[in-house]
Amino acid sequence: MAAITIAEVSKIYTGNVEAVKSVSIDIEDGEFIVLVGPSGCGKSTLLRMVAGLESISKGTVKIGPRVINEVDPAERDIAMVFQNYALYPHMTVYQNLAYGLKNRKTPKAEIDARVAEAARMLEIEPYLHRKPRALSGGQRQRVAMGRAIVRKPAAFLFDEPLSNLDAKLRVSMRGEIKRLQKRLGTTSLYVTHDQLEAMTLADRLVVLNGGRIEQIGRPLDVYHRPASTFVASFIGSPAMNLIKGRIEGSRLHVGTYRIELGERAPVEGPVTVGLRAEDLRLAGVGEDAMLFQVDYVEELGAQRLVHGTIEDQALTVALSPEIPLSGDLAVTIATDRLHFFSTENGKRLERGASFTNTAESARPLSLEPAL
Amino acid sequence: MYRTKFFDHVILLIGVFIMVAPVVVAFMTSTHEAADIHRNGLSLTWGGHFVETYETVLTRKGGFTGKITGLNMMMNSMILGLGFALGKIILSMLAAYAIVYFRFRLATFFFWIIFTTLLLPLEVRILPSYEVMNTLKLTNTYTGLIVPLLASATGTFYFRQFFKSVPDELLEAARIDGAGPFKFFIDVLVPLSRTMMAAIFIIMFVYGWNQYLWPTLMTTDEGFFTLVRGIKQILLVWVGSNIPDYNEAFALAILAMLPPVLIVVIFQRGFIKGLTESDK
Repeated sequence: MAAITIAEVSKIYTGNVEAVKSVSIDIEDGEFIVLVGPSGCGKSTLLRMVAGLESISKGTVKIGPRVINEVDPAERDIAMVFQNYALYPHMTVYQNLAYGLKNRKTPKAEIDARVAEAARMLEIEPYLHRKPRALSGGQRQRVAMGRAIVRKPAAFLFDEPLSNLDAKLRVSMRGEIKRLQKRLGTTSLYVTHDQLEAMTLADRLVVLNGGRIEQIGRPLDVYHRPASTFVASFIGSPAMNLIKGRIEGSRLHVGTYRIELGERAPVEGPVTVGLRAEDLRLAGVGEDAMLFQVDYVEELGAQRLVHGTIEDQALTVALSPEIPLSGDLAVTIATDRLHFFSTENGKRLERGASFTNTAESARPLSLEPAL
Repeated sequence: MYRTKFFDHVILLIGVFIMVAPVVVAFMTSTHEAADIHRNGLSLTWGGHFVETYETVLTRKGGFTGKITGLNMMMNSMILGLGFALGKIILSMLAAYAIVYFRFRLATFFFWIIFTTLLLPLEVRILPSYEVMNTLKLTNTYTGLIVPLLASATGTFYFRQFFKSVPDELLEAARIDGAGPFKFFIDVLVPLSRTMMAAIFIIMFVYGWNQYLWPTLMTTDEGFFTLVRGIKQILLVWVGSNIPDYNEAFALAILAMLPPVLIVVIFQRGFIKGLTESDK
């Protein structure tokens, strides 16, 4: 068990391709950190640098007090779970679990005890003498986790471990990984491209884009206060609606609509406005509202995603399935729930100190139809 | 489901006949007496002298110096075949391991150099090879018989393709599990290559067993004669006014066939698996 300090780490491949650009993350002892981002964002490269499978071009990685840049992977006191499990096909489950311990000259009795403990924890005891070939995907995944657990390492590294499983199994394994990690209290670094997996597993999320960190934060903080349009569109499903707007004084102009923001206008001039699909709601009678033209509807059962436009700007609204739909809807949103981003660099624009309290009671939108 | 029809059987039977008939003729002829064969030619019937002929062939000391028996020759062939096959497997596996898993300069270049040796089989370089062995005083030794034949582009190529198909994650998992290059090779690659090794073993054993030109050149001492050479010897020695011992030549040919057939039968499953599927 140890903290991991990643300090200004870069990965530069031959031909001067920078896959990871000066990334710094401080991971506390026992913390579950999820690296999330689209493919090619450098998340796996970063993980593999911590594991020692890729060399570190610049910067330092510390596990505990020890700089491990030049340390052999086996000496780093880490264990890794791979996407395709990477079980040794010719060894039984028991031998797979024991192999790493055997190489470390652990006494036989101790190996037996640790394997038995891990097998019990993961409920793979009946399969200990089978070969991986004779196991299902979920069971293989458990064995791969078991191989990490028996080592009792300072840190677990997960490289998209659930990607090869079907949707249902993925959900249950997700819960299990979380439960196990909490129980063992081992520092974990987990790579995924699935934002849902990231949200549900992480103590803190690290959103990566193009080799850079876009945002580090607790899942709900990232969700409620995305640091950039990239994070806003990546975290949350459906993705946050981003539309063009313009702030003049204390008023936000969206198309021909004008929205009174009160005292908390962040800037003057053009902005990108972010609206969560689930923050938009149908306007009540007499309430100010925007006209929403429905294109098509996705039924999710508990929820219904309505895709459409407000004056030619595409938008998705999440509505309860009880609400009857017609061709056009009048929708509204609490002004507190609006997010603003710079049109130049996509960075979040804060609306002053009072906005940070997201639990503040939602004030209805104040709209003045443009005449 | 496809049902095998009469015509399919006819085709298969023709195939079996073409393959097996010469062997049956050789075996049947070998049970006749030499004079009988000389008079009547090849024979398809049982001659009744099976035990005597085969006993003579296996135990009588023959050759000019009269110190080599059929059994000795069989032993020599076995040493050549096994040494050849095992040596080739070990050498080509190690070569392929180096080429696939170690980054060193010009690795691809070296691979292609190895590969182009396919264009230079032993027959082409036989005189220089002999010269080298002669200078090293390795004529009339098993080392001289086996070592010059060991370098194998085919084996290296097969193992290289196989190693390339082993997922990288296995190597990475092994590295994290604390296995160094040697341990990874012994604990992971060798067990995974088992079927591949069986396939190459069959091919190489038969190839080594059937060597004729190189042993002829390398060994003048009759104590090192192989079975394949022995067949020739029988026909040579009694040429003259005597009738050659046709029956013994045929018997020796049949005996020379047995070990390769046995090897193929034993390793057949691995052979087919090794060449068609990968056990990963």
